[in-house]
Amino acid sequence: MRYRRLALLILLMFMTACGRATGQTSPQTITSAYIQNKGSDTIVNLALAWAEQYQAEHPEISISVTGGGSGTGIAALLNKTVDIANASRQMQAEEIQKAQASGFEPVEFVIARDAIGVIVNPANPVGQLTMQQVSDIYSGRINNWSQVGGRDWPIVRLSREVNSGTHVYFRDTVIRLGDKNNKTLFATDTLLLPSSEGIVSEIRLNPNAIGYDGLGYIPSDLKTVALARDATSPYVLPSITSVNDKSYPVARDLYMYTAGQPTGAVKAYLDWVVSPEAQTIVANLGFVPILK
Amino acid sequence: MNRSLSWGETLITAVVKTCGYSAIVFVLLIFFFLLREGLPTLAEVKFGELFSTRWYPIEDHFGILPLVTGSIIVTVGAMLVAIPFGIGTAVFLSEIAPRWMREILKPLVELLGGLPSVVLGFLGILLLAPFLRNFLNLPTGLTALAGALLLGGIAVPTTVSIAEDALDSVPQGYREGALALGATKWQTIWRVTLPAARSGVLTALMLGIGRTIGETMAVMMVTGNAPVMAVKFSSIFSPVRTMTATIAAEMGEVANGSTYYHVLFFIGLVLFLISLVVNIIASSVVFKSKSRAERVLS
Repeated sequence: MRYRRLALLILLMFMTACGRATGQTSPQTITSAYIQNKGSDTIVNLALAWAEQYQAEHPEISISVTGGGSGTGIAALLNKTVDIANASRQMQAEEIQKAQASGFEPVEFVIARDAIGVIVNPANPVGQLTMQQVSDIYSGRINNWSQVGGRDWPIVRLSREVNSGTHVYFRDTVIRLGDKNNKTLFATDTLLLPSSEGIVSEIRLNPNAIGYDGLGYIPSDLKTVALARDATSPYVLPSITSVNDKSYPVARDLYMYTAGQPTGAVKAYLDWVVSPEAQTIVANLGFVPILK
Repeated sequence: MNRSLSWGETLITAVVKTCGYSAIVFVLLIFFFLLREGLPTLAEVKFGELFSTRWYPIEDHFGILPLVTGSIIVTVGAMLVAIPFGIGTAVFLSEIAPRWMREILKPLVELLGGLPSVVLGFLGILLLAPFLRNFLNLPTGLTALAGALLLGGIAVPTTVSIAEDALDSVPQGYREGALALGATKWQTIWRVTLPAARSGVLTALMLGIGRTIGETMAVMMVTGNAPVMAVKFSSIFSPVRTMTATIAAEMGEVANGSTYYHVLFFIGLVLFLISLVVNIIASSVVFKSKSRAERVLS
């Protein structure tokens, strides 16, 4: 099912790519350029893959990509040491003020999306949960699958380690339901596993377990749970479509920022990044491509 | 001729001395480094907060008690596995097994000690944890028990190898004397050979404990890393988070010089002090037993 959708998408991309090829003359006029790109660790692999592909197609452009975190990238943009900052969150008001103080308006580009899926063992009959239920499970208020319509099995909660950005995003969006004043923490008996692999293998072997992971890291033999914003909303499975129409609740945009409207090589690169060709790389790396 | 010999001798003496002293210097340097990076914790985190029961460092919950209890329960569990198995195997190899069997078994046991702990961790995740979950009907197999069994397994080869050497070096006359007085084989082993090899066997156990308490990778993979207070007997069947796993998992991402960074070093310092205490107790026991043996002989 997913493959067919992907194939359709790729076909669509080829068609649109062919359609646009005739108008694409502006990048050739640029002789040579060096683009500096820094920021979020979530995006760093994606940015690297893009940079490699783009440099292969445009040998006159060289792009350097470094990680360090969203805050680091934005700080570098404010100091004007990079051309493009990668961020897995939007710029905060004070960061925008600092930018304005140093004389430019930051410009935001949504370059991809990232969804987190909640996963259980295929033997578990529970296939849908509300956000409130997932929050209650992870904060320790629900301790048995029978409380959410499953069998009389204890719930074993799995999470990534505290230094993972996914951990923090999941805590803020799901456990705290996006409420900044909510200080709910993970239940202390939540198993903190050091890798996505650890979570996947424990869920595969243990019917009691519940876990979460980036959409691209979920293997097909595990069961992804459909989530609903509240009891009255529909239950939605994460997919490229449901993330793009915002019906799936645990998804975030990934951004690139420039200092002022980009020009020249930077503009050409950012145009390419949202092109269908670059967005196939997004899907290959397990993120959600943006559909325009 | 003579002169060059004395030159060579001076040089070699100097090299050997340097090697000997460098061990002490390195330990001291490491200790001072731990102190320098770890002690600021006491100024930055309130004492009550540091010894509270909640470990969630990214929101300033720096309670290290769950980690200390986690390490203790896993280590004690591992020793309960390693002591009987280690000494039993050593006694069997040295006292009971025929020569040919010993020549095959001892290298095999030592080979086991060379297995990388990450490989054992994999076996733990894929075989031991599911087995424990099904066999004991636990919610998850990633528990202190899985860590203890695995660590016990890791400590056994070290213990066996050294304890067997110690038993082997007990003079044959001791055994012959005991047997001549009418002692059974068991009485000879339990009352004569083992006590005579006591200091070597204790050293073996201490090295085993040392290996256990400092082991990181296998523990991180199989204990589930949940920072719960492991104070009840039943905690052995629940997931725990050890000090070593915490440092290994969290050190990579922490900002240099932050409170969080200092707390991680403080945990390292606690670990260092625990090893130190274990070693001091062990060596005092060894010395005491030696002086008693000397009294008996004189």
